[in-house]
Amino acid sequence: MHELALADSVVKAALRAADDAGMKNIERVIVKVGELQQIEKDLFEFSLTNVIPHEEERLADTVFDVSEELVRFECRFCRHEYGREDVDLDDDDQAEAIHFIPELSHAYARCPQCGSPDFDITAGRGITLERIEGSGDDGP
Amino acid sequence: MGRSSIDPRQVVVGDRLAGVGRIIGVTGSKGGIGKSVVAATLALSLADRGVAVGLFDLDFTSPSDHVVLGVDRSFPDEVFGIDPHRVHGIDMMSVAFFAGEVPVPMRGDAATNALLELLAITRWGDLDILILDMPPGLGDTNFDVIHLLPRLEFLLVGNGSRVVIESVRRALHLFKELKVPMVGLLENMQRSDGAAVADLAGEFDVPFLGSIPYEPDLEEALGDIDLLRASQVYTAIRAEVIDPRSDPEAPAPAPR
Repeated sequence: MHELALADSVVKAALRAADDAGMKNIERVIVKVGELQQIEKDLFEFSLTNVIPHEEERLADTVFDVSEELVRFECRFCRHEYGREDVDLDDDDQAEAIHFIPELSHAYARCPQCGSPDFDITAGRGITLERIEGSGDDGP
Repeated sequence: MGRSSIDPRQVVVGDRLAGVGRIIGVTGSKGGIGKSVVAATLALSLADRGVAVGLFDLDFTSPSDHVVLGVDRSFPDEVFGIDPHRVHGIDMMSVAFFAGEVPVPMRGDAATNALLELLAITRWGDLDILILDMPPGLGDTNFDVIHLLPRLEFLLVGNGSRVVIESVRRALHLFKELKVPMVGLLENMQRSDGAAVADLAGEFDVPFLGSIPYEPDLEEALGDIDLLRASQVYTAIRAEVIDPRSDPEAPAPAPR
C-alpha cells in the first residue's frame, strides 16, 4: 500500500505549508490525484486520515478535498495533445510500474499520431497538494 | 486564507533518509568509465564487511547495477511505501525492477520526477551508507541530488585517458564551485601508472582513493557474484576505497 507513503507526504506538506503561513487551524486540504498514477481514491482518502499524527490538533477537523485530474500528454515531436484513452497502458505489469513511477509511461505510451515516446505529461501525472485553507494566519 | 502549492514528495525526502548515515554518489562526467561496476562492487564489498548498505541506481535510462550483481526483475514489495530488494546483503532500488529490459526514454524533467517519486516512497530504513549510482554527465540528476540531499558526498571515478582527465577536471571545477563534499577521486581501469589521476586529485586537493587495475576478464564476472568477489576490482575496492565508518563526522552505524 504505497498510498500510505503518498498520503504521509501530503499531510506533512500540509503541515509545512501551515507552518510557513502561521496557520493555526487547517480547515481544508485540496489535493489533486492524477489519472496516470491510478491511485485508488477511496484508499488514498482513507490513508490520509490514518497518517495524521494523533497529537496534531491543526488537522483534527480538516476536510481533505481529493479530486481526480485527467492525464494529458503533449508530444515533443509533433505537438499532438492526447489523453489516457489514446494510449494502450492496460497490461497489468505496465499499469503497476506506472502506478509506482508515472514516468515509466515513457516506456510504454506512444504518441497516437506519430508514435514518439518523447512526450510531456502536462496534467494528471500524480499527487499534487493544490493548497490548504485555514485560519489563524498571522503571516505577512 | 490559502497557501499554494508544495510538491509533497520534496517535503518527505529528508524523513525517508533519516536513518541513513552517509549518502555517497558515485559519479563521473564521462560515460563508460565503470561507475556502475564501482558502485555495485563497492556496495557488495561493504555488505560483505557487515556494513548496512543501500544501492540506488539513478541511471534511469540505462540502469545496470542489477546486471553487475545478477538481479532479475521483480516488483519491490509494497508496504508503507516500497521496500528495496535485499540482494547479496545490499538494499537495492532500480527502475529496472519495474521496467525490466524495456527502454525508458526520459528527458531531464521526467528523470527528476522519477527520482523524487522513488525518494518519497522507498523505505531505506537504517543504513550506514547509501550509494547512489549516478548517470554520466553533469546534468539534471547531478543537480537534483545536490539540491535534494544536503548530506550528499561525491566519489568521482576517472581514468588516465586524456579525454577522461579533461572531463573529470571539469567535474572537479564544478563540484568545488558548488562546495559538494568529495570522498575522493578513484582511478578505474588503470592501464598506466595512475599518475595523471593522482596528480589531478592533488591539483584540486581531494583525496586520491587509489587505482583499480584494468581487468580483461571482468566481463565474465558481471552477474556472477562469486566471480565478482574473486575479481581484482573487488579486491582493490575492498582494500583501498572506503570505510564509511572512518569519517569521524559520520553518525555511528545504526543498529539493524
